[in-house]
Amino acid sequence: MTEDQTETHPDDMPEVQVLPLDAWHRAKGGRMVDFAGYQMPIQYEGIVAEHDWTRGHASLFDVSHMGQLSLEGDGAAEALETLLPGDIAGLKPGRMRYSLLLDDNGGVLDDLIVTNVGPHLGLVVNGAMKWDDIAHLREHLPDEITLKHHADQALLALQGPEAAAVLETILPGVGELVFMTAGAFDWNGTPLWVSRAGYTGEDGFEISVPADKAEALADALVADARVKPAGLGARDSLRLEAGLPLYGHDLDTNTDPVSADLLFALTKKRRETGGWMGHENVVRLLAQGPSVKRVGLVLEGRLPAREGALVFSGDTQVGRVTSGGFSPTLGHPVAMAYVDAAHCALGTDLQIEVRNKRLDARVAPMPFVPQNYYRGPTSLSGDTK
Amino acid sequence: MSRYFTDEHEWIEIEGDTATIGITDYAQSQLGDIVFVEVPSAGTQVTKGADAAVVESVKAASDVYAPIAGTVLEGNPALEEDPALVNTAPETDGWFFKLTVADKSELDGLMDEAGYKAFVAGL
Repeated sequence: MTEDQTETHPDDMPEVQVLPLDAWHRAKGGRMVDFAGYQMPIQYEGIVAEHDWTRGHASLFDVSHMGQLSLEGDGAAEALETLLPGDIAGLKPGRMRYSLLLDDNGGVLDDLIVTNVGPHLGLVVNGAMKWDDIAHLREHLPDEITLKHHADQALLALQGPEAAAVLETILPGVGELVFMTAGAFDWNGTPLWVSRAGYTGEDGFEISVPADKAEALADALVADARVKPAGLGARDSLRLEAGLPLYGHDLDTNTDPVSADLLFALTKKRRETGGWMGHENVVRLLAQGPSVKRVGLVLEGRLPAREGALVFSGDTQVGRVTSGGFSPTLGHPVAMAYVDAAHCALGTDLQIEVRNKRLDARVAPMPFVPQNYYRGPTSLSGDTK
Repeated sequence: MSRYFTDEHEWIEIEGDTATIGITDYAQSQLGDIVFVEVPSAGTQVTKGADAAVVESVKAASDVYAPIAGTVLEGNPALEEDPALVNTAPETDGWFFKLTVADKSELDGLMDEAGYKAFVAGL
C-alpha cells in the first residue's frame, strides 16, 4: 500500500471528535453522547417517537462516524476476497454486498458493506472499528492496491417507507435504485453517492456527501414534513427489531459467521474455493454445526433483558444475551442471544435472568418485525435476505 | 404536607409518618420513554442511599435510590399496567413507592422545590 495514503493515527486525535453535523444536531435539540469516539445524538424528541416515525414515515440519521473507505487498483476485488468470504469479483457495478472481515480463526473482525463503485470498491465499515480495519487491510493487501479513507465525506441515512418519495423530490430518478444497489447523483452541483440500504429494516438510503455540504443536505431533507431527525437510540431499537447484529455486541472475534447465523454472507462458491482468511475453521463449523448460535428471543412481560443477561434452560445456563431491549413496534421486549445449539430450535422455551428474576422467553425467528425493502416494481415487499 | 428533593432527582412527599417517593420531571425527561418500573414490595426495609427501585427506559436500566430509610408500605400498582405514567405524570400519579419514615432527621439537608429548581438550572 502506498505510504502517501497513510492516515493520521488515532493516537494523534482528540479522544472524542465532532461530526460535520455537530452544530446541526444541537440546534435540532439532539442530546449528545460519546459513541465510537464521536459526539453523536442519542435522541431528539424521544427514542420511541423517533422509532415509530421511522416505521411510518422517514427519519434522517447521521452515520458519519462510519468509515468510508475505497480500494483501487488492478485486482482490488480479488485482493479483498482474501480477507472476506463474499463474492466481490462478481459484484456488478452499482451492486452492494454485506460481508465480514474475518481473522485466521474465522472470528469476525468487523462487518461491512462492499460496493462496486465502478472505478473502485467502496467499503463502509463500523465507526468504532475503522482504524483497526484500515490497519488490517493495509497489512494484508498488496502494495499496488490503494486504500483511501474518505474522512472528508459525511454519511446520512434516510430511512422509512416515505424515504424514496422524499428523496425523489431532490434527486429525480433515485427511486429506480433497488435494495442493495447504488449510484452517483448530482444535487445542485454537489456529487452524492446514494445507496439503497440501511440498518433499520425499512426501505431507505445512505447518502455519502462532502462534509461541507452535509448541513445543507440535512436541511433540505428535514424541510420535507415527512422527515424528522432520529438518533442512535432509535437506530438501535430499529436494528434490533430488524434482527440485524451490532458489531462489538452481537459480533466480535469470539464469534464467527456460522455461529452468528450469517450464512448468507458466505457466498456458496467461495465456501468451496476458499482462499480467504478463516476459511478452514468456517468450513469445519459448517460441516460440524456450531456449538452455539445467535438466535432471537421474545420475552414475556415488559421487563427487558439487556446485553450480558444469562440464558437458562431449567437450572442450566445455556446462553448469554448480546443485545436486548423493549421493542416499541411489538410492545414487548426482544433480545438476541448466543445459545447452545441443543437449545436454539425455534419455539424452545428458555429463561433469562434479570436482577435475580427468571423471565420466560422463547426462541423466535428474526427479524422480529418484517423487513420492508424495495426490490423493484414487480417484487413483493418482505425480505428473504 | 411538605415536599423534598434529592440531587438524585427524586421527590419525597411527607404526610405524617408516611413518605411518597417518585422521580422528578427532569429525571423522566432525561430517561426518556419508560417501559418498565420495578418497585419494592410491601414490608421491604430500605436504607438511605440504597437501591430501592429500577426504572427501565427503552435505552437502559437505571436504579432509583431510597432517599431516606424506612419500611415500604406499597409500590405503585398502577406502574405495572402503565409504566409510562412516570413520563406523563412523574410528580403525581407516577409515584414509585410509599414508606413509613424511620428517622425524620434524614430529611434534613434535602432540597425544597425552589432549591431543586435552582439545582436543575445549574446542570
